[in-house]
Amino acid sequence: MMFTVAALALLVALGLALARAIAGPTVFDRALAGNSIGTLAMMMLAVLGFLDGRPEFLDLAILYGLLNIVGTIAVLKFFRYGDLGDPGEPEAKR
Amino acid sequence: MSAALDVLSWALLVAGGAFCVIGALGLVRLRRFYARTHAASVIDSAGAGLILAGLLLQAGWTLAAVKLVVIGLLIFFASPTATHALANAALARGLKLEAHEEAPSKR
Repeated sequence: MMFTVAALALLVALGLALARAIAGPTVFDRALAGNSIGTLAMMMLAVLGFLDGRPEFLDLAILYGLLNIVGTIAVLKFFRYGDLGDPGEPEAKR
Repeated sequence: MSAALDVLSWALLVAGGAFCVIGALGLVRLRRFYARTHAASVIDSAGAGLILAGLLLQAGWTLAAVKLVVIGLLIFFASPTATHALANAALARGLKLEAHEEAPSKR
């Protein structure tokens, strides 16, 4: 019962974050909403595992979190420099 | 003992869900990007932390508890890093900080 309440709250939050991801005026709004959706999906997976009586779902949550970090940073780097292989700003002269 | 833990876990889960909804509402309602990052932090810190604590009380001393702690540490370290990178990238791309740069809103 309590897991159901938490899962429903997470579903509502996921819907709202998705609305921001669709509506976001800039790409950074979308990336921020995508990051939040990733965190909420991790929580959703963990709660679903307990709801279903199968805590193995936590492994999926860990994997999803790791992929979420890499994805967010990669998207940010792409939209900041326009190239994933770009080294970024030149290093300061010493 | 177990009943008390259940009640505490119920309260933590409901509070975590409420914080997640509040953060998502802020993500939708706030008007500027840099304000929305604060709403996203509410989801990452309060929402995720409280839900994980509630699940931790339900898990007991099992392997699932260890995995929950790992998830918590992952969010604890990765989420501020991602938010910082996001705000930094937005600033580097010239997204304005000032409020008066935007057209006046209806609300």
